Amino acid sequence: MKESKKTIRNLSLLVVGMFGFGFLLVPIYDVFCEITGLNGKIEGPSTLSSETIQGVDKREMLIQFVTHNNEFMPWTFKSETSQMKITTGVQQRVLFVFENTTSEDMVGQVIPSVSPGRGAEYFHKAECFCFEQQKLLAGERVELPVVFIVDPSIPLDIGSLSLGYTLFDITDQLSENQIAAL
Amino acid sequence: MSTIVETHDDHGHHGPAKGLSRWLYTTNHKDIGTLYLWFSFLMLFIGGAMAMVIRAELFEPGLQIVQPEFFNQMTTNHGLIMVFGVIMPAFVGLANWMIPMQIGAPDMALPRLNNLSFWLLPMAFGILISTLFMDAGGPNFGWTFYAPLSTTYAPETVTFFIFSVHIMGASSILGSINIITTILNMRAPGMTLMKMPLFVWSWLITAYLLIAVMPVLAGTVTMMLMDIHFGTSFFNAAGGGDPVLFQHIFWFFGHPEVYIMILPAFGIVSHIIETFSRKPIFGYSSMVYALTSIAILSFVVWAHHMFTVGMPLAGELFFMYSTMLIAIPTGVKVFNWVATMFKGSISFETPMLFAIAFVALFTIGGFSGLMLAIVPADFQYHDTYFVVAHFHYVLVPGSLFGIIAGVYYWLPKWTGNMYDETLGRLHFWLSFISVNLTFFPMHFVGLAGMPRRYPDYALQFADFNAMVSVGAFIFGFTQLLLLFIVIKSIKTGKKATEEVWEDNKDWGLEWTIESPPPYHSFTVQPEVK
Repeated sequence: MKESKKTIRNLSLLVVGMFGFGFLLVPIYDVFCEITGLNGKIEGPSTLSSETIQGVDKREMLIQFVTHNNEFMPWTFKSETSQMKITTGVQQRVLFVFENTTSEDMVGQVIPSVSPGRGAEYFHKAECFCFEQQKLLAGERVELPVVFIVDPSIPLDIGSLSLGYTLFDITDQLSENQIAAL
Repeated sequence: MSTIVETHDDHGHHGPAKGLSRWLYTTNHKDIGTLYLWFSFLMLFIGGAMAMVIRAELFEPGLQIVQPEFFNQMTTNHGLIMVFGVIMPAFVGLANWMIPMQIGAPDMALPRLNNLSFWLLPMAFGILISTLFMDAGGPNFGWTFYAPLSTTYAPETVTFFIFSVHIMGASSILGSINIITTILNMRAPGMTLMKMPLFVWSWLITAYLLIAVMPVLAGTVTMMLMDIHFGTSFFNAAGGGDPVLFQHIFWFFGHPEVYIMILPAFGIVSHIIETFSRKPIFGYSSMVYALTSIAILSFVVWAHHMFTVGMPLAGELFFMYSTMLIAIPTGVKVFNWVATMFKGSISFETPMLFAIAFVALFTIGGFSGLMLAIVPADFQYHDTYFVVAHFHYVLVPGSLFGIIAGVYYWLPKWTGNMYDETLGRLHFWLSFISVNLTFFPMHFVGLAGMPRRYPDYALQFADFNAMVSVGAFIFGFTQLLLLFIVIKSIKTGKKATEEVWEDNKDWGLEWTIESPPPYHSFTVQPEVK
């Protein structure tokens, strides 16, 4: 019976451990995605700038922009240009237009994605509206920039990168205080 | 292997209690095994009725019988009930009946916990099935309940579904703790691990798999619950979560789960083949190592269910090769079964017929699995009827035939009466022909591009779908014959001997005690030499 108790205790610990492991998979997945660029996930603001990149051959490449409204999000959301030729290692700036076409104050959140996914780790953003939630009053229109730089060590077989932005309506997910604080 | 024949003093209070309370309060492993088996039999007919609705709708193109919303509820609940309500409880029922008798123990290690594990199940399925009668309808997002279908777009009843999965998980975990504790601590003296019957081995490994992955499933549905009700964003992209994460966590549970549903059948079939070939199993230790390696590999192959979500090439290659690697231990098992039959003096009683069909048809399911493991090919097969054909081949003529074979094999031991052999063979041939008629043409329509989970299809698939539906109806109604055979054997079968099958005494401790076994068997531990 003593042996049974030990077995039961160990097995119960295993159950609790595996329940925890299920939740641990969430941060593991995020870290894994950041390392591999899975799903084209990009890290937050980058400090990489034209000055810090030295001694690597720069080249021309094409950056394409795709904007997309999730589900019933009514705002107008587009980039000033659908694609641009850039030089790697040189900081670039592109403007995006947001317009709240409704008569309600709303909050939106943009989620970025780079494809091909393995190019994501070479795409560095110094400034992006996707780092924070955007509150737009009824009828308000704003132009917001993305400032980015492409690491020149990006593999040669990647000739172009697409930067996809999806705009989500998160008004209902926030409390009134949270919205007022934005 | 020799045993001390047990002496059983009946003091009049050792027998089962009378009436309903016997079943409600029972802590006897045989009673609980019986409860599990009858429960899964009932669920087989409920889940089967749902399959009949699906096949009736798909008998011809266009919408005839049900609306798409209800069709989705049928496919979802058919899957959930067959996986969690039929295959798993049936294996646990067989484990409850056979493990103590095969290792020479008087009962399970934790009899009261055993009672709880069983009675959680009717609660869980009562909740799940009740959602079908609610205004919002039952779960309709597929048995894999991918987010955001099961979160953002789910019917309101999804909370009942989550609660029901939690209870099923708790039942499985408690049952597994009980089984491992019994196997590790209550074996008869002399029965070392490498002398354990293969059914016990297969369940030891299955129980470990269950303990490792059922908590992860519980975590998954907890995350869903929090996303739905508490404003978290595990799977919601707007809040920084990721729906693809759901698929990773689900299949981390889901792939070991598919082996949970087949490994005990491997054990059952091994026993049946050695009994009816009248030869000991070929390569016992390689069987054990194969079981273990299949179980370990099951943790590193999950993403082959989701090749099309967009993964780095290295990831796709890793999951492709690790998946193909599983064919090796599985091939060892199939080889050993065939080698056991080779030059054996085989007789073809019903359990053996089902076991041979298991080996042949499970292998077909294994081969289509290998085809699906090839990444570039999978992009074509993904979410088509080819996948449906594949997993039904491993689950119906695989797991379910394994269970039915085990029921025929041990039924005379349980009831003390033989079943009707003629009817048994009739049941086998009807099942064998109709199961192939049902699932084989699905390969063809799948390769031709018919997608799964739709209530309608393009005209060119009409002939094959009509065949499939006819096969499914025959298979469904044939199982009523099994019910009849079981009841007939309980009521009127001719008496079975202790060894039940010819020269069977050497194949395990369960054949050394009377048929039916006394309510408390092995009160004196037998010794294994």
